[in-house]
Amino acid sequence: MQEKDLIPVLERIQKKYGYLPLQALKSVARELGVPAVQVYGAATFFKQFRLNPPGKYQIEVCMGTACYMAGGQVALDSFERRLKIGVGETTPDGEFSLERVACVGCCNLAPVAVVDNVVEKNVTPTRVDGILLSLGLSEENKENKENSNAQGK
Amino acid sequence: MRRENREREAGVMAVPSAEKFYAMLRSAAVAGLRILDEVPVIRIGTATCGIAAGALLVRDTFRDELNKRGIEARVMEVGCMGHCYAEPMVIITKPGFPSLCYNNVDEELAIHLVDDFLARGDPCYEFAMAALEPNDFFPTFQDFPRGIYEEKMILGDCGLIDPQEIDHFLARDGYLALCKALQTESNQVLQEIKKANLRGRGGAGFPAGEKWDMARKAPGEIKFVICNGDEGDPGAFMDRNILESNPHLVIEGMIICAYCVGASRGFLYIRSEYRQAVCRMERALEQAREKGLLGERILGSNFSFNLEIFTAAGAFVCGEGTALVKSMEGKMGIPEHRPPELAESGYLGKPTVLNNVKTFCYVPPIILRGARWFRDVGTPESPGTAVFALAGKISAPGLVEVPMGTTLRQLIDDVGGGVPHGKRFKAVQIGGPSGGCLPEQALDIPIDFDSLLGAGAMMGSGGIIVLDEDDCMVRIARFFLNFTQEESCGKCTFCRLGTRHMFRILDDIIRGKGEMGQLETLRRLAEDIKIGSLCNLGKTAPNPVLTTLRYFFDEYRAHISEKRCPALSCPELTVYFIEPKRCSKLCNVCIGSCPVEAIFTRDDGLKAIDQEKCVKCDNCLKACPPDYSAVIKLSPLSLLDERLGKNK
Ligand SMILES: Cc1cc2nc3c(=O)[nH]c(=O)nc-3n(C[C@H](O)[C@H](O)[C@H](O)COP(=O)(O)O)c2cc1C
Ligand code: FES
Repeated sequence: MQEKDLIPVLERIQKKYGYLPLQALKSVARELGVPAVQVYGAATFFKQFRLNPPGKYQIEVCMGTACYMAGGQVALDSFERRLKIGVGETTPDGEFSLERVACVGCCNLAPVAVVDNVVEKNVTPTRVDGILLSLGLSEENKENKENSNAQGK
Repeated sequence: MRRENREREAGVMAVPSAEKFYAMLRSAAVAGLRILDEVPVIRIGTATCGIAAGALLVRDTFRDELNKRGIEARVMEVGCMGHCYAEPMVIITKPGFPSLCYNNVDEELAIHLVDDFLARGDPCYEFAMAALEPNDFFPTFQDFPRGIYEEKMILGDCGLIDPQEIDHFLARDGYLALCKALQTESNQVLQEIKKANLRGRGGAGFPAGEKWDMARKAPGEIKFVICNGDEGDPGAFMDRNILESNPHLVIEGMIICAYCVGASRGFLYIRSEYRQAVCRMERALEQAREKGLLGERILGSNFSFNLEIFTAAGAFVCGEGTALVKSMEGKMGIPEHRPPELAESGYLGKPTVLNNVKTFCYVPPIILRGARWFRDVGTPESPGTAVFALAGKISAPGLVEVPMGTTLRQLIDDVGGGVPHGKRFKAVQIGGPSGGCLPEQALDIPIDFDSLLGAGAMMGSGGIIVLDEDDCMVRIARFFLNFTQEESCGKCTFCRLGTRHMFRILDDIIRGKGEMGQLETLRRLAEDIKIGSLCNLGKTAPNPVLTTLRYFFDEYRAHISEKRCPALSCPELTVYFIEPKRCSKLCNVCIGSCPVEAIFTRDDGLKAIDQEKCVKCDNCLKACPPDYSAVIKLSPLSLLDERLGKNK
């Protein structure tokens, strides 16, 4: 293997583990005989790679032009609010992770989100709740929310 | 050494000529598909857009229902015809009837079609959308307003053939152009492409023939051909659709190109998010190899070419040629100075031809029908057709192919069916992050490489987003600048810091914190970034801002001096308000719709919004029954106090 195989190798590692463990990056550098900084550089330069483990359910919200203009940001905000994580993060229980993607090719269904490789269309805040419920977002979370609301009043 | 062997073998062995070889392949394909003329065929569009709309469920329903009733028929998965608004789309061809196309098919309609059409013989015209061939019963797509403008040079087979079965492509004269090319002297093939004046469809419109010629003449034994399927524009999906719907057309174009320039290896650079495209392309490559259309001694000739997929790891800048090549070499995708052009020194320092997916698609039809045929369509400077992905506020979004020179107005009003819901057209965004936003008065510009540049926009990749009165122009400019500042590779200071600075200013403006003086800074930054950037990412990044400043200055001014968003779209400058006069005390839908429980019932029974909690998600506005339409948006924020004062 040579330097030019770097990206395919990283892709294979990510396919296997779901992310790029630091240890793996070091081994790649050693095996390919390239500086570790180049491996780390590539791993952080390309959007496809992630350095932390993904959640059991991966949620990707489309932020392409059409989706953005049709309320993609609102959808993303809703996911963040419900999951209490930001883009690129995974919930502490390892259940959900949240990403943004650009145009998944079905702009006429905007705004869309890709949940575990299935495209969800017209993702309004209500739909976000529906999606998360169907994936078993624990009721606790909802209760927490209601409690905090009650306190707020 | 290998080459000598090959030549010696060719001399000794009596190989069938390419023509005979091809004729054999084709007649086998035709024979294998004869069954399709005898039984009903159900074609279901399962490209990404179809699957997203539920095509797989429809496919399974058809299969199950046909099985249940013991009806002999073929269920075939095809790509996308471009009518994305009509997905899931189904085409039924039953002997004795014209091929009929049904739109937005769900399980219920699928069962209905099996019962009435396939089992009995009632084609259910009331559910049909169009027929494929002219007939006496039902209109065809050519009778649609968009049919008048559409001219399919490369999309013709998309949505009709099964992309996973090479025989379908072969039966429609697929690879015939390759066969013809291999029997012609390679320079002559190249001259045909030059004569056609085929310009690159990846954005810049550089003549493909000239690029190929450069690579052909470049010294060296090893040369490469790369197909750019990176498609980084965040609002475009043409390339993906073609890769999914007709992968062999791209392969054929690439082989012909390789033959012209003398390349022995090639790559399809496809972004890894395009899982379906990668998957279908892999299968297509495998089948092409099996048939002897790819690999060693193609069609029995002396020409060999190997093609493989490189999955891109996703970075907009990697769509740029030099960055693309570096990412393939295992480096970060950072653009390089040119010259040397890739055609002289590209992948691994060897002469490399890089073309867009669509560019390669035009090659086989040009070789087959001649340069004249190609030049007869479009404009003299930009011959042929253009493929666009229409999206946004448009009645019939989808993929369209129209001759170059069609005006934007024709494209939006006639092909796309105009702006829906009685809203007013505001602008059209063309060319993605490198393009611009054009207003109503620019709609009569013919679409070609050069005219659009004059208006400050760009052909770009071919993504077209239509915007209506509810869309804020400052916000869309900010969206693109956010995109470019994130995607800037960081090599050039002006691009790295300049786009970020522009983004910050735009962000201030949509939050109501802008100042008029900042507009001048924006303009100056734009000029500096254009001059100070190495690659076209930076050079074109300011376009969305410059065009909106030029055509929609009033909106900038309203945001800055009145703290008002004219489109009522910027959350920081807009509030939701329930009109007490219109609110029916008896209904609670808004309360139920609110994701954050910001809506409450006042002591007098009317509903009101707790502005502290409101996240401006638009739910209540959509939920409020049209009879009341009590939820309204107000901008600037000061209007709220006025209302509250008045209604106390
Ligand atoms: C930032 C940037 C992104 C680009 N992205 C793409 C892309 O996604 N697809 C593409 O075909 N060309 C893209 N291009 C254009 C390519 O650099 C190149 O011009 C093109 O692939 C050449 O093919 P063509 O002559 O067939 O158009 C991009 C250019 C720049 C500067
Ligand atoms: S912009 Fe979201 S699917 Fe195209």
